[in-house]
Parts: sequence; C-alpha cells; structure tokens
Amino acid sequence: MHISVNVDGVTYADEVEPRLLLVHYLRERLGKTGTVIGCDTGNCGACTVHLDGHSVKSCQMFAVQANGHEVTTIEGLARDGKLHPVQEAFRSNHALQCGFCTPGMIMQAIDLLADESDPDDETVRKGLEGNLCRCTGYQNIVRAVQDAAQRMKPGAGPKIEQHSDEHVGSRQPVGGE
Amino acid sequence: MIPAEFRYLCPSTVDEAVRMLVEEGEDAKVIAGGQSLVPVLRMRLAAPTALIDIGGLTELTGVRDDGDSLLIGAMTTHYEVQRDHLIHDHALLLKLVTDTVADPQVRHRGTFGGSLCHADPAGDLLAPALALDAVMIIAGPGGRREVPASEFFVGYFETALAPDEILIDVRVPKYTGWGAHYEKLNRVAQAWSIVAVAAAVQISGGTIAAARVGLTNVGSGPVRAVDVESALVGQPVSAISDAALLASSGDGYKDNLARVLTDRALTAAVAG
Repeated sequence: MHISVNVDGVTYADEVEPRLLLVHYLRERLGKTGTVIGCDTGNCGACTVHLDGHSVKSCQMFAVQANGHEVTTIEGLARDGKLHPVQEAFRSNHALQCGFCTPGMIMQAIDLLADESDPDDETVRKGLEGNLCRCTGYQNIVRAVQDAAQRMKPGAGPKIEQHSDEHVGSRQPVGGE
Repeated sequence: MIPAEFRYLCPSTVDEAVRMLVEEGEDAKVIAGGQSLVPVLRMRLAAPTALIDIGGLTELTGVRDDGDSLLIGAMTTHYEVQRDHLIHDHALLLKLVTDTVADPQVRHRGTFGGSLCHADPAGDLLAPALALDAVMIIAGPGGRREVPASEFFVGYFETALAPDEILIDVRVPKYTGWGAHYEKLNRVAQAWSIVAVAAAVQISGGTIAAARVGLTNVGSGPVRAVDVESALVGQPVSAISDAALLASSGDGYKDNLARVLTDRALTAAVAG
C-alpha cells in the first residue's frame, strides 16, 4: 500500500506492506534508529514517538495507520544542533545509565509537560507509567522531567531567546531544587 | 513477532465499512485504536484475512448531549473521554475509570468503543458500562439496532456483535451530580485489574437515593452487584459496609476482594 508520512519535518512517500509496524518503518526504511524496540509487547514504551503531537507506542500501530499523519521521533527534537530542553535536562540530571529507555522516556516526558507545565513527583511518575527503565530506579528521571519543566517556563531560556512581549518577558522563573 | 499477512481496507463511511465486512466474510476484523488488537496480531493469536480500519471515520468520534443521555462515539479515544466536560459533568464514573486504563500512550490511541468490543473481562470499561445501563448502538447490513450492555457482554472476549456489525455509538444515561469512584487492585503500574469495582452513588437529603455497582474481572464478563445496589436504596451512608458484603457470596480470593473493594469504592464515591 502507498503511504505518505511526515517524519521529523520531512514527507516520505513509500510503498509498504500493511503488516509493517510503524517502528520497523522508522528504523528499517527511514534509518531512524534513535527510536528503539524494547519489549516488543507494548509494555516498555521505549519506542514512543509522537503522532500528530501525542505520544504513541510505535510498536503498537502499523505504518499504514500513519498515512497522512505527522510523526516526530527523538531524532527530530534538536534544533540547529542544540538539544531540546528535555534532552538537556536528562543529560545534566544523569537520568540514564544504559540509555535504552531514554528516547521513549524523553518523548513521553515532552507529552506530559504539554499537559502539565509544573508537575509534582507523583504526576511525573503517573505520566511515565507506560515507560519502563531497568537501571536507574527512576529517581533521576523524575528529577530531570521536573528540571525540564523549569527550563521550559516562560522567561527561563537565555535572554536572547526570550519573548519580546513585556508581560511575558518580565516573568521570573521560580527556583527549582 | 510480525503479524500474518492481511489486506488493509480504509472505509470512509460507516455504511462502506459494513459493506466491506459483509464482502470480506467472518475472517475480516475491524481495527479501531488497535491497542488490544495489534498485540493479538503480533502474537499471532489471531490472523484475520483483512483489517478494516475505522480510524478515519470522524463521524464516530466525540461526545454529544442527547437530552437525558450522552452519546459517546465508539472511536472517541480514552484521552478524549478523560478530558470531555460532558462526561465529567454527567458520567463522572467513566472519566475516573478511564484515568486508570493502561498508560498515556495507549490512551492516546485506544478507544472507548474498541475496549467494549474487545470485551476482555479484565478490561476496565465493561463494568461501568454495565452498571450505568449503557446501550450499544450498532450498525449492520440490516440497519441500526440497539443492545443494552446487559445483553451485549456475552462471555469471555465475546459480545453480541455479529461478524458484519460495527459498534458506532454508546448511549449513557446522565448521572448528573452522582458521586463516583473506581477502586482497582493491581500489582504494578499498567497491569490489568485483579479485581476492580466501579461505583456511582446518588445522595439525597443525607441518604442514598440510588447506587450503581459494577465488578471487573470476577467472571467471564462484567458483573453487576444488584444486591448491593438495592440494599442501599433509602439507607444512610453508614449502611455501605454491610451492603458491600452482598457483592459476592463465595469464599474465594476474588469474592473477598469483591466485598472489600466494593466497600472502599462506595465509601470513596459518597465522600466525593
């Protein structure tokens, strides 16, 4: 079947078998191996990507179901060589050991922060319920997500990137831990 | 694992979908959000010859106000149910139950109607659908028909849907102002319920005017605790613990859970 999918800002037109899973399409056809396969059963969330802005497990849907839609993978987050604030927060909070769950954790954390701009510990843990990590014990992952929330607050970035609107620009970031 | 080969069809209307089901025969399968079906296909527990994807049927999404009841489109996602203000105001129990379904990623794709049609006895949405007297609105080659939840869930992963029929809407009476709670026992995050209890209670003048109690995963399908419901009518809130003992008469592990969790669910529901 013929599909047309926008992945990380580029539109791809391809002929695929209906039974091809989205994660296999991303990895094997498009070479986007940043999205990994962990459990193969829909539990671990390592393969999480965004479909039209919402997190989904790419091993739980077929590539044909993404026809006409927009997919964002971990590889589509950095801008002009700079990491996404959630990627930066994972790095500076040591939120990974082996790193295998990290692409999915980061994609799900971004989804969570879109709904909850300043989540408490419990909200982060609930929001990452569908992502399993076998090494860190989650503590630093939770810290990283909360740190990312502070980094993404209005007015939290470098001065040069701040919004010119006076009301927004004058807001000060609330000090995190 | 890689699923067995199938043909993939994308109808653009409900009638076209029904026509495809008739033409493809009983080995065809409807795919909604696919969050239960895709794992089943991957484990090769099923190998349908064709998948009819109703994901593009926008006419089946969303919640509408229909006077005394709500009409919930079968393709409304769990994520949408969680955030819908009509459901929050008139069927709070459904929101609270949906909050506990799987995980955020699954709730983005999984659908209300898909869960009901999959009819996993451990699935969370069956018990509240039964307890709230939901009615399934079904499209088939002979037109539309309505089936109450009490007749829809036939058994283990089995519903009253014929192979050439599609669930299109679910009608749920309004329970405006009722207290609600879903008490779910499972061992780890995103696991299915061992047992869970869905409860909704209407309080009037300090006493219980009406109660609805549905049990998840105590049988081959959802179970309604009618004895508990009728024992509570006209009683003060303090009658809950005794009434909850009527949730199950057996002496097995799940019978005990049914009684304990019914007590907790009703107590939390009246507490708001």
